[in-house]
Amino acid sequence: MITKRIIPCLDIRDGRVVKGVNFEGVKDVSDPVALASFYNDSGADELVFYDITASSEGRALFTDVLEKIASCIFIPLTVGGSINTVDDFERVLKCGADKVSVNSGAIRNPNLIKEAAKKYGNQCVVLSMDVKRVDGKFTIFSKGGRENTGIDAIEWARKGVLDGAGEIVVNSIDTDGVKQGFDIEMLEAISNVANVPIIASGGAGCMEHFKDLFNAVPGVDAGLAASIFHFKQVEIMDLKRYLIENGIEMRI
Amino acid sequence: MIAVIDYGVGNLFSLCSSLKYLSIDSVVTRDKNIIEKADKIILPGVGAFGDASDKLKETGMFDFLQEQAATGKPFLGICLGMQLLFEKGYEYGEHEGLGLIKGKVIPIESVLKEPLKIPQMGWNKLDIVKKDALLKYTNQGDYVYFVHSYFATDCNDSISSTTEYGATLTASVSNNNVFGAQFHPEKSGTVGLNMLKAFNEI
Repeated sequence: MITKRIIPCLDIRDGRVVKGVNFEGVKDVSDPVALASFYNDSGADELVFYDITASSEGRALFTDVLEKIASCIFIPLTVGGSINTVDDFERVLKCGADKVSVNSGAIRNPNLIKEAAKKYGNQCVVLSMDVKRVDGKFTIFSKGGRENTGIDAIEWARKGVLDGAGEIVVNSIDTDGVKQGFDIEMLEAISNVANVPIIASGGAGCMEHFKDLFNAVPGVDAGLAASIFHFKQVEIMDLKRYLIENGIEMRI
Repeated sequence: MIAVIDYGVGNLFSLCSSLKYLSIDSVVTRDKNIIEKADKIILPGVGAFGDASDKLKETGMFDFLQEQAATGKPFLGICLGMQLLFEKGYEYGEHEGLGLIKGKVIPIESVLKEPLKIPQMGWNKLDIVKKDALLKYTNQGDYVYFVHSYFATDCNDSISSTTEYGATLTASVSNNNVFGAQFHPEKSGTVGLNMLKAFNEI
């Protein structure tokens, strides 16, 4: 059977990894190529890169870095951040991305998912959504979680899949950074309406949280995290072995 | 040298990078002279069967690749390129494949014993049925990366490995000099790189 996936996520600004990371054996921890190689060797099933650069010079650095990573790492690579047009898809796909994730871009341009899916196939288009409870309703936030769009998250997921998104990343703003576990309730609600792979993000603090996630919501296909991997609170190989011991299929 | 057939479908970045990484000489081309001189051929592909079959015909590759395969040259189809090796594909109608391997390509959905997400997207395990030259370095239970909604069937004689996804699905095939991988070796980490290496050594 297909395995559940463990995905580390790297934020890149001006071609460098943001967030202090400290690894033995990785000389330059803000070098995305070195860190990506480290995760590849550690058993990551896939890598996600978010370009959080504001300038066009920084964006050029990002595609350079992406090209370098894709030339030496042969697992699926997903790229997001500043994806607003079909041309942005083209820009990162030709540098070696396999999937492209859209977030605010899909809110600004309601046809973006449809157009990109038509051109590159559904498997290439990932809808990334930042979700927060507002008056008890799951609501979509944009601009890195700062702006309430008022859009209902369940409807947004449904529309995304209809338009051709082949995968959904659900980032719970409510559990993000708290490290008390993934947002099971939110993930369940979204996986009930979206019959595409769901990647859970936000809230991982320890290995048990991944076990709870995969056991509680069978519709979730992958767990994504950043800081617990960057700060070595959890080692990917240990995590995978632990999940296998608990009856969850993993690639080792 | 390996000729990677360029017929306008799919992203060849990873495939070319992985061949380069392995120091395997390759060229992306639709130039018949170059393909004729190449000692191996890879047919890549992502997308729909009918479209791809039409594009092979439009670029003059369809009959030419059949002739090339008949010369005994090692030939590898990847993902949709693997599906095109078969006689027929049933994706949005019935379409003609290259017919280099007996069998047809049908929707995974039609054989599932339980409802599962389509496409199958992710890492799944190989069950080796026949250890052919492509699987020289591959071990029973190795994981590879799949993205597909259709699979090859009625091809029992040529199956070299299968995978389980709600049913037993064809993962790789071979028939003399013609090989096919439903998964993406260029996205399957070391296991995949070793498969490309094995192909180069045939």
